[in-house]
Amino acid sequence: MGHKTALYDLHKAAGGKLVDFGGWDMPINYGSQIEEHHQVRHHAGLFDVSHMTVVDVAGADARAYLRKLLANDVARLDSTPGKALYSAMLNPEGGVIDDLIVYHMDGWYRTVVNCATRDKDLAWMEQCAKEFDVTISERPELAMLAVQGPAAIAKVQNVANTAQAEAISGLNVFCGAEADGWFIARTGYTGEDGLEIMLSATDACALWQSLVASGVTPCGLGARDTLRLEAGMNLYGHEMDENTSPLVANMGWTIALEDPERDFIGRTVIEQMRANGGPDTKLVGLVLRERSVLRAGQTISIAGNDTSGIITSGTFSPTLGFSIALARVPRATGSSVEVNLRNKAVTVEVVKPHFVRSGEALV
Amino acid sequence: MSDIRNELKYLPSHEWARLEADGTVTIGISDHAQDSLGDVVYVETPEVGSSIAAGEEAGVVESVKAASDIFSPVSGEVIAVNETLEDAPEQVNESPYDDGWFFKVKPTDLSELDDALDADGYQNAIESEA
Repeated sequence: MGHKTALYDLHKAAGGKLVDFGGWDMPINYGSQIEEHHQVRHHAGLFDVSHMTVVDVAGADARAYLRKLLANDVARLDSTPGKALYSAMLNPEGGVIDDLIVYHMDGWYRTVVNCATRDKDLAWMEQCAKEFDVTISERPELAMLAVQGPAAIAKVQNVANTAQAEAISGLNVFCGAEADGWFIARTGYTGEDGLEIMLSATDACALWQSLVASGVTPCGLGARDTLRLEAGMNLYGHEMDENTSPLVANMGWTIALEDPERDFIGRTVIEQMRANGGPDTKLVGLVLRERSVLRAGQTISIAGNDTSGIITSGTFSPTLGFSIALARVPRATGSSVEVNLRNKAVTVEVVKPHFVRSGEALV
Repeated sequence: MSDIRNELKYLPSHEWARLEADGTVTIGISDHAQDSLGDVVYVETPEVGSSIAAGEEAGVVESVKAASDIFSPVSGEVIAVNETLEDAPEQVNESPYDDGWFFKVKPTDLSELDDALDADGYQNAIESEA
């Protein structure tokens, strides 16, 4: 038996199919994951993401510490309290220990890291904190709900109290705010507008039930994965890991080099790689319009190139009605590749690694 | 609990086979199989008129989650395939034993079905997998 979130009994009662996910018993779907996916694209869906690890960073050196720890620069958040940043946390070799979101709050920061990487993340964050005046506090008592889709924000406002509804009204994209016991952020992992809300176990169960009663569809981690892949978002352990540079995972935009004095962990290796002309591989999107599905781990060959590539994530796209994938391929890859699909070489179209945004097809 | 029908025979790889009144055999995947696979998006059936052998790969079912080979419990000639699955593969999830059938075989040796599991045997096979 794995860890259970505060909503475990509600998932069971709703017919959720529970599977192990990073040591947690989590719902993969409540029936049809394709139907759940469509609800998020067209209306609103509700996800229990309480397995995610929330870690608060406070203390006099919190800002200086995070400027050392993270490849993106929290100084970019200085002028905007509540603003969030997506960042990699690199090892000294320039590989990705984890990817995370950090929110700049009033005198402290909140980070949200992955669940499967929790132990090594906390150990690394503690180790790096030794030379700083900071406190690192995991917040395991917080549950986390994601409400995503074009109707998501209105649905939450309808069941929130006045203070919470007002906070939501004032929230810009990729910002968070605290209101009456809720930490509300306009963030997500679906390519749709929506909120991620961190709150107590009791409040989470109450919010879940009132949202479901108001017509928001419970969605499992299966739909979460097809939604993030359509949106071209990375998943740790697939598109990047400790042996993968963020530069080969389309995360160059999250590497903040503008302050030459900022000596973040991994900087030297990243700068060397850039000076040497960049990495040998890149992350692209793949589209297969035939009746077959691209899957993680399938190998890719490129005409006239001895180096092979690999699919890092692949699925059937419910929105598009055909298969899509993210793949790591040699930098010289052109407009098509051959994928070894069930022992048959199939020609597959190469596209930019974004497939659907705000309900609209991009390919 | 998944639905296991008494009148059918099963393979440990989760196909079911129904002996029809006219001596043909209809093949599909079990309720347990569709539940494990999740939403089915494509079904690749053998061609009508082709010969298939018991225990050999006869098709593929692909769900959002995974691809899975389909094996036939009997050898023979494929006499029909369920063409409605091309536009409505979700029938495999919604009605695995009826509307979601895959193909029909005119068997060359019906005794091959004796090697397949009955409902109790299949129930045991699922439980020992879990």
